[in-house]
Amino acid sequence: MLIRTPRRSDCLESEVTPEALYLNRRRFMQGAAFSAAAAGLPAFAQADPRYADVEPANAPAWFDEKLRQANWGAVTVKNEAITPYPDATHYNNFYEFGPDKGDPARHGSQLVTEPWVVTVDGEVAKPGKYSIEDLVSEAALEERIYRLRCVEAWSMVIPWLGVSLADLISRLEPTSDAKYVRFETLARPEQMPGMRTGFSLIDWPYVEGLRMDEAMHPLSLIAIGMYGRVLPSQNGAPLRLVVPWKYGFKSIKSIVRISFVREQPATTWESMAPQEYGFYANVNPNVSHPRWSQARERRLPGSLFSPNVRETQMFNGYEEEVAHLYAGMNLRKNY
Amino acid sequence: MRYPWLRLLLFCSVASVPCYWLYLAATAALGPDPGKVLVDNLGQGALVLLLASLAMTPLRTLTGWSGWIAFRRQIGLWAFGYAALHLAAYLYFLLGLEFSEFAAELVERPYIALGAIALVGLLMLAMTSTRWSMRKLGKRWKKLHRIVYPTLLVVLLHMLWVVRSDAGQWSLYATVAAVLLAARVPSVERRLVRTSAVWRGEQAANKRQNNG
Repeated sequence: MLIRTPRRSDCLESEVTPEALYLNRRRFMQGAAFSAAAAGLPAFAQADPRYADVEPANAPAWFDEKLRQANWGAVTVKNEAITPYPDATHYNNFYEFGPDKGDPARHGSQLVTEPWVVTVDGEVAKPGKYSIEDLVSEAALEERIYRLRCVEAWSMVIPWLGVSLADLISRLEPTSDAKYVRFETLARPEQMPGMRTGFSLIDWPYVEGLRMDEAMHPLSLIAIGMYGRVLPSQNGAPLRLVVPWKYGFKSIKSIVRISFVREQPATTWESMAPQEYGFYANVNPNVSHPRWSQARERRLPGSLFSPNVRETQMFNGYEEEVAHLYAGMNLRKNY
Repeated sequence: MRYPWLRLLLFCSVASVPCYWLYLAATAALGPDPGKVLVDNLGQGALVLLLASLAMTPLRTLTGWSGWIAFRRQIGLWAFGYAALHLAAYLYFLLGLEFSEFAAELVERPYIALGAIALVGLLMLAMTSTRWSMRKLGKRWKKLHRIVYPTLLVVLLHMLWVVRSDAGQWSLYATVAAVLLAARVPSVERRLVRTSAVWRGEQAANKRQNNG
């Protein structure tokens, strides 16, 4: 196991979880271990100690079913501690819920994620309206532990649960005219208080996009869970993109539309401030944001006595895997 | 010294706020990025105190109570104190005490440069805030202390540059600043004096009536 257990979780599960839930969970884990053993796989000592401080969630039955067959630790990061769950869920940028880091956690519970419809359109053989179950049912659920680097110079390490975006795209059969994938976030002001204030400069709905080869890269993930459970609303429930070598704002949340398009889509931050946020937004310590340096990052959680400032890695540490996508490109121009 | 107890109360309350923030940070109540929160809080605290110091003169005009002026210097000094702590927190939490980085930031990033200019402005005001400087500088003292107005504008610009997508809070500060600056325009000030005189006259009349 390559994951160092974060110190904040260094306590017995029975100390932090109500006993009934704890026993319940233990039964579930035994069941999971049993089914893994039955499948002839080594029983994985997953979840328990690492996700001890995770609040359990009500997940749809199909999710629980998929969870039992999940490939735990399919991708891990070396020598990195997983960010404690309370931090990953209470320090978020999700402007639809408000501008402060705590707003998404405060207001996220207002979001209704069931039922959820994702519209697929554009240059694609199988357009239509899909439920999440439809989209992910055939793909294997994988746990992938990725570094997450925000453009604001802070970072975390998150254990996502999701399916390969390439898998999902292949099954939708885009045509050869599909050069880019465009994603759109839900815009539902009655459940998203951040959209109702007059002060936000964002033009909703939030839009992000990837070049086709970026979307088809094996690291690109459509996440439906994290920390061994479904995604909390503030983290982009019920499904979101995760592109670990790009700044966090590329990893669009709560997706309701996936469009296959010929032209590079106009994305939200790029349209708002083109001199500050590019379409590519690859993590790059050598190219500063006009207002701050990207050479370093604050790995959260930091504390009063250790600000935990560290050097940012090229492509967020995924250079070996993704650098070839940008061969010959001027990354200073295409930031 | 006038109002020593009120001054002491003011001192203790303004001094206790950063201590409270430190306590929150130490107990992990500021979330996973306490350094950033402290930097932001201290910066906004400095701005609020600067606005408060500029509110004392209009408050005197409006209420006729000259006591307000007794607090003006202390509040102004606190604005400088918060701003200095804001810089220290920025160096420690956001730059990890990499001073070479600070030099680069100062040159490359206009909003950091603006922050530095504002801090120098506040430093000059703080250094010349003593009775001795007032006597020494005489008439020039008042002239010198007018740099508080451009300093305030620089501070607002510094903050506006940092705002990422939400200008709500900034607009609030900017509105208060606009009101306080407008109150210093001679014609507005005269009207203010008249209004408050009429208002206080009516109050006094009411009192007499009630008593009679």
